[in-house]
Amino acid sequence: MSETQGKGKLALYWAASCGGCEIAVLAIDEKILEVAKHFDIVFWPCATDGKVRDVEKMEDGSIDVCLFNGGIRTSEQEYMARLLRRKSKVLVAFGSCATEGCIPGLANLSNREEIFETVYEETPSTENPQHIVPQHETEVPEGKLYLPVFYDTVFTLDQVVPVDYYLPGCPPEAERIWDAIVAILEGKLPPKGSVIGANTTVCDECPRKRTEKKIKKFYRTWEIIPDEETCLLEQGIICCGVATRAGCGARCPRVNSPCIGCYGPNTDVIDYGARLMAALASVIDSNDPQEIEKIIQDGIPDPVGTFYRFSLAHSLLRRKRKLIAAAAGGK
Amino acid sequence: MANDTFEPKIVGFLCNWCSYRAADLAGTARIKYSPNVRIIRVMCSGRVDPTFVLKALALGADGVMIAGCHPGECHYIEQNYKAMRRYYMLKHMLRALGLEEDRIRLVWASAAEGQQLAEHIDKFVEDVRKLGPLNWPANWQENGERLHAVEAIAKEHEESLEVLP
Repeated sequence: MSETQGKGKLALYWAASCGGCEIAVLAIDEKILEVAKHFDIVFWPCATDGKVRDVEKMEDGSIDVCLFNGGIRTSEQEYMARLLRRKSKVLVAFGSCATEGCIPGLANLSNREEIFETVYEETPSTENPQHIVPQHETEVPEGKLYLPVFYDTVFTLDQVVPVDYYLPGCPPEAERIWDAIVAILEGKLPPKGSVIGANTTVCDECPRKRTEKKIKKFYRTWEIIPDEETCLLEQGIICCGVATRAGCGARCPRVNSPCIGCYGPNTDVIDYGARLMAALASVIDSNDPQEIEKIIQDGIPDPVGTFYRFSLAHSLLRRKRKLIAAAAGGK
Repeated sequence: MANDTFEPKIVGFLCNWCSYRAADLAGTARIKYSPNVRIIRVMCSGRVDPTFVLKALALGADGVMIAGCHPGECHYIEQNYKAMRRYYMLKHMLRALGLEEDRIRLVWASAAEGQQLAEHIDKFVEDVRKLGPLNWPANWQENGERLHAVEAIAKEHEESLEVLP
């Protein structure tokens, strides 16, 4: 027992996300032993045997740090977010999903009905002649069974409960995770509500040569083989580095692939897509309205997916307009 | 019927050097225009970050107008062209989110064009009025179902805690 005395308590949880964040935690390699030296892992369903009922019985505020990855898309996830908020002293939105919705947040371009229709009816490998879709309540001989309610909209963690710190990235880089753990251990944390990470953009970490940006055409990645030294945006490829927080070491641009923005907005940016739109629009080399429209329409066939690939759920408008989404669903 | 009494809330970003002065001129010349527009003065239409427009919509505006100097006449040489490019970029994105074309508009009005600006505003207000209320924040409200669902968890499992605030 004395082994655990003086140790902090750590919890990790996985909501609406792919699981990559769980793996990212282990990407800190042998340093995980260092974590185990300082923390008792009290709850980590992915790696250890823990039960929600156990968490419910813990004292409020008894968990020192909770790393919560994933967005909130069902009532069960919201319950867990609220529960872990109540039990934790420090709640960290871990990774892009918890911070800004990430890829699951793109589901905000549709709604529950449309998603169920695709998943339980329309996909080619689905055979569902009785049109069975998940129900919140089901009567069985043994009693009532419950499934979580599936929301129309994906929420970020901080849209549901107050969040103390953010660790962006899809997934967060091992070095940044370790930096955050060290900051927590040493008590050298920034003010609450901050992102634990860099305060600059990917461009700052990118070794490519930059001159003046003037674009006559936006290329999609398969349309062009970029040269290896010039700024990708200057070559007409939509590189999101201009709007994206540093922290990855410009991994993608270094291998001739544009930044897609997984590290989210830089400090003080309210809406990631707005920042990216402003930057991209500014480099269009035309003053003629028709030509400008053509450059935009031809080069950016999926504007929401381009500007808000990782951040739709946390953007100012959060989702596609629902009434229209419902009407387009045809039901 | 509801549209008869619907008064659109419009946010207008007017540039200091031309359009805001046009609004001033409209005022001193006693030209009437719809009171639906809430005018915000910015130094240049190029200062209008797409964030401003999105924030206005997210806070419940029914339409947003941006007004600047005529192309070629920008006080800052060519920033109104930047405003134009951002406007088309923003429109392209907003279309994909299901927003009608007529809810955001970019117009040009020089300092001498009080009358024209008033007409632009009147026309815009009428176009938005026809579209009806936008009420964007309603898009992510789950009609009470969401809170009910979380509350229900406590009833489904005896051990569950009431975690709602």
